[in-house]
Amino acid sequence: MKRHLISAADLTRDDALLILDTAEEMARVANRPIKKLPTLRGRTVVNLFFEDSTRTRISFEAAAKRLSADVINFSAKGSSVSKGESLKDTALTLEAMGADAVVIRHHASGAPHRLATSGWINGSVVNAGDGTHEHPTQALLDAFTMRRHLAGAPDGGPTHHKGPGDGTGRDLAGRRITIVGDVLHSRVARSNVHLLNTLGAEVTLVAPPTLLPIGVETWPCEVSYDLDSVLAKSDAVMMLRVQNERMNAAFFPTEREYARRYGLDATRMAALPGHAIVMHPGPMNRGMEITAEVADSERCTAVEQVGNGVSVRMAVLYLLLGGNEPALSENRTEENK
Amino acid sequence: MVDDRSTPVRPVLEAPDIARVLTRIAHEIVERAKGADDVVLLGIPTRGVFLARRLADKLAEITGRKTPVGALDITMYRDDLRLGPARALARTDIPGDGIDGRLVVLVDDVLFSGRTIRAALDALNDIGRPRAVQLAVLVDRGHRQLPIRADYVGKNLPTSLRETVKVQLAENDGRDCVLLGVKPGSHDE
Repeated sequence: MKRHLISAADLTRDDALLILDTAEEMARVANRPIKKLPTLRGRTVVNLFFEDSTRTRISFEAAAKRLSADVINFSAKGSSVSKGESLKDTALTLEAMGADAVVIRHHASGAPHRLATSGWINGSVVNAGDGTHEHPTQALLDAFTMRRHLAGAPDGGPTHHKGPGDGTGRDLAGRRITIVGDVLHSRVARSNVHLLNTLGAEVTLVAPPTLLPIGVETWPCEVSYDLDSVLAKSDAVMMLRVQNERMNAAFFPTEREYARRYGLDATRMAALPGHAIVMHPGPMNRGMEITAEVADSERCTAVEQVGNGVSVRMAVLYLLLGGNEPALSENRTEENK
Repeated sequence: MVDDRSTPVRPVLEAPDIARVLTRIAHEIVERAKGADDVVLLGIPTRGVFLARRLADKLAEITGRKTPVGALDITMYRDDLRLGPARALARTDIPGDGIDGRLVVLVDDVLFSGRTIRAALDALNDIGRPRAVQLAVLVDRGHRQLPIRADYVGKNLPTSLRETVKVQLAENDGRDCVLLGVKPGSHDE
């Protein structure tokens, strides 16, 4: 693995499987009476959040604390950033405080890359979402959730809603994943396309033409404008949130029309194969991209994804900070003596 | 002297020896634990897990009861994590009834510095509170760096620090044996 986690595209198949397999072990710690490991004792993780977030920040905080790291939460609101401090000066401050890892969320695409390559800090940088660019740990937790449901049965197949299984060592080869909605503004979609492609899945993006980014034809995925035509051959369908805060132009005529053409309701869910799961990265706009009936059904993994997020982020922090350098995914078979 | 000559490797235990040794340890566990009815065997990955499973089979033959057997990964409790790249984890698998109030027998292939066992005791502490903890190893090669000793030893093998002890088990390596070798790069004199 590289020293920083900036983009899901940086992860090789071995890196991704190492993270997912490590997350599987971390998830088992969550079932113990004492959900704590001493592994990162004495390490400092800074959550540097320039943009609002509940679940991602809490998830990283829980992950770091379960590994016994010290956590410093830094949000732009109420800090010197609101007085005009630059990213550089903020970074130098964090470096002076001895941050071993900086988890950064920023409204500008590329801010984590700038932080990682600037030489301002020595620690690892983990991208927790930058603008409309990437959100790699979300893609990892989505892949982890898919693997548990679609490759979690003892024979490597889907679990058919009998609860998540154990997909250790497996990838997502041949699984058909459909990502629906506001791809244009979605860092989740971009990271998922890269990671799922690395893991061997076949991704189809479904969105109105106005909500697809320029250059999407170069992405390693299929593109469709018609949700109904792809549902029957989807192993998982991921509904993206319609990002009202970024909707500064008329991307679709009315919310009602969007919901009718691209929203997932019970009728559309019934068209999915029996084993297929419905995913949502949250927060959900009930009645917009997903109806309450679908969101509350047993096929929807939205709540489970949040729990898996802690396990995946524990795995990422452990593999980046657990040793004197990040884990070497090619050395996995080496004796653990 | 030439450094790259093939290092002499000598088997000190062969498959039948390992089988006999495990049978003896199983009998010792039954004797010391007065019937072994509250014993839980926890193997330390990788090869300790296979040894623990074999011991469980032997205990079943002797007592006629199934002994709970599991695995205890100690990677995240190691004291040398910062001396190398982050390590991949192995599976921790605690039997359903847990370890509270039970007699836990840790099982490993080679006892050397004792640091692995120290880490295992820390890991156990986060999982439950056993009545007592004992240690069974296939080979004790000495050179302890911590005040730790084994309760059941397959073979005491006095070694020098130049030597290597390698346990191979059929489940992982295709054959059963304990090999004594010389560290590459160290000389005979």
